Amino acid sequence: MTDFKNAEELLTLCQSRNQPISEIMKRRECDLSEVPMPQVHDRMAKALEIMRQAAFTPLQTPIRSMGGLIGGQAQMLNAHLESGQAVCGSILSRAITYAMAVLEVNSSMGVIVAAPTAGSSGIVPGLLLSLGEAYSFSDGQLIDGLFHAGAIGYLAMRNATVAGAVGGCQAEVGVAAAMAASASVELLGGTPRQSLDAASTVLINMLGLVCDPVGGLVEYPCQNRNAAGVANALAAAEIALSGIRQMISFDEMLDTMYHVGKRIPYELRETALGGCAATPSGCKFCHS
Amino acid sequence: MSFISVFDVIGPNMVGPSSSHTAGACAIAYLAQKMNNGALKNVTFTLYGSFAKTYRGHGTDRALLGGIMGFSTDDIRIRDSFSIAREQGISFAFIPNDRDTDVHPNTVDIRMENEDGRVMTVRGESTGGGKVRIVRINQVQVDFTGEYNAVIIIQQDKPGVAAHITKCLGDRNVNIAFMRIFRESKGETAYTIVESDGALPADIVPHLMGNPHVHDVMLIQN
Repeated sequence: MTDFKNAEELLTLCQSRNQPISEIMKRRECDLSEVPMPQVHDRMAKALEIMRQAAFTPLQTPIRSMGGLIGGQAQMLNAHLESGQAVCGSILSRAITYAMAVLEVNSSMGVIVAAPTAGSSGIVPGLLLSLGEAYSFSDGQLIDGLFHAGAIGYLAMRNATVAGAVGGCQAEVGVAAAMAASASVELLGGTPRQSLDAASTVLINMLGLVCDPVGGLVEYPCQNRNAAGVANALAAAEIALSGIRQMISFDEMLDTMYHVGKRIPYELRETALGGCAATPSGCKFCHS
Repeated sequence: MSFISVFDVIGPNMVGPSSSHTAGACAIAYLAQKMNNGALKNVTFTLYGSFAKTYRGHGTDRALLGGIMGFSTDDIRIRDSFSIAREQGISFAFIPNDRDTDVHPNTVDIRMENEDGRVMTVRGESTGGGKVRIVRINQVQVDFTGEYNAVIIIQQDKPGVAAHITKCLGDRNVNIAFMRIFRESKGETAYTIVESDGALPADIVPHLMGNPHVHDVMLIQN
């Protein structure tokens, strides 16, 4: 039976079996769900297909959100990138474009894959799909990336929280970015330890981020925050892949993130009573 | 409880924008329609807490209506559920309730009325990340998540009914994961909820109905 309760146990499993995090997570899923590997694989392939649709469609067809706060951003970013003026470079620029595109689809009642939540659903597909294009990764590699991301998100769900109402945006966008960073490191040839260091780096860098959706809607600033999550993830992957270690482990950071989250005031945990939601501009959309 | 699957993290596949307010709402209504034996004519959704405040912006209303028509959380028809319900001749209403605050923040009461006049009310809570829980059927408090295959038996609270249920299940080789009985009060209507690891055979329903104290049986398969 393959299972693990924290990142330390996950790392030990990877090292003793000489397997990547993605493989351990796949085995865990098969063992605990008693579903054979091909079916588990196919189910993740379907998730990848939905992610692709959501990331690509708004580039050609802008979609207005239900609440009317966003729509069209992905097309603007794509045009900017195509014009050769992207300041971030193509990997990050494309990742930001895709991440914001997914949020456009989400906010207009299109189909997305929560990863780990709907509000943070752009980060994992955004970064993985962009890297996939730059490095010509196969679908099989991207699916491995999603299993890896799932391992990191599982630890956050199990040992902390991924709900903005409980832990703020750091628990949604922060965790999504940690998932994306860790998976990227594996896809780019890093070790499981480097992956977990990248996940830790993201939580360090996004610690304390509040959840303050304007009008209580999963639109603004959520869409921008997904772009920020992608950027944080890529920076963390770069740091880890260069060989830089983090002194604080991912387990410790999850614990800290959870405790910080619980100390975030109620007004800043998805209630739309503080932060961006309470600014004069944001408050035009306040519900009574 | 069941384990945290990789598809609880990379998932659910869903129509946006909110796993709790859209996907969760759809999942509650989806379970409710599975409990309803008969053709739905009239449905009323009473919304509490955050559901009552933000249901329009999150498409909670469309998701509830989609779920009650049997759409799963990733069914794009949720967007057009209002017009689809009208085409199917189902009348619907949404009633925000700001008065009762002593409930989970994302709670809905679903009152289903069938063409034959039968009425059933189900209360569900959306507990986060698309996870849901049914906490009341008609006037009886229950607790059930729909994560397992389940059979719900509505019965008179009489001696021997539980034995009849376990015998039926045992004869059909069903392994019981959880079994709980909830009742209004002694001797009145009771609800037995049996959750099983494997699939439940469809012919379990007539077998269970074989006891005169069993009023109705609902089979809820994943």
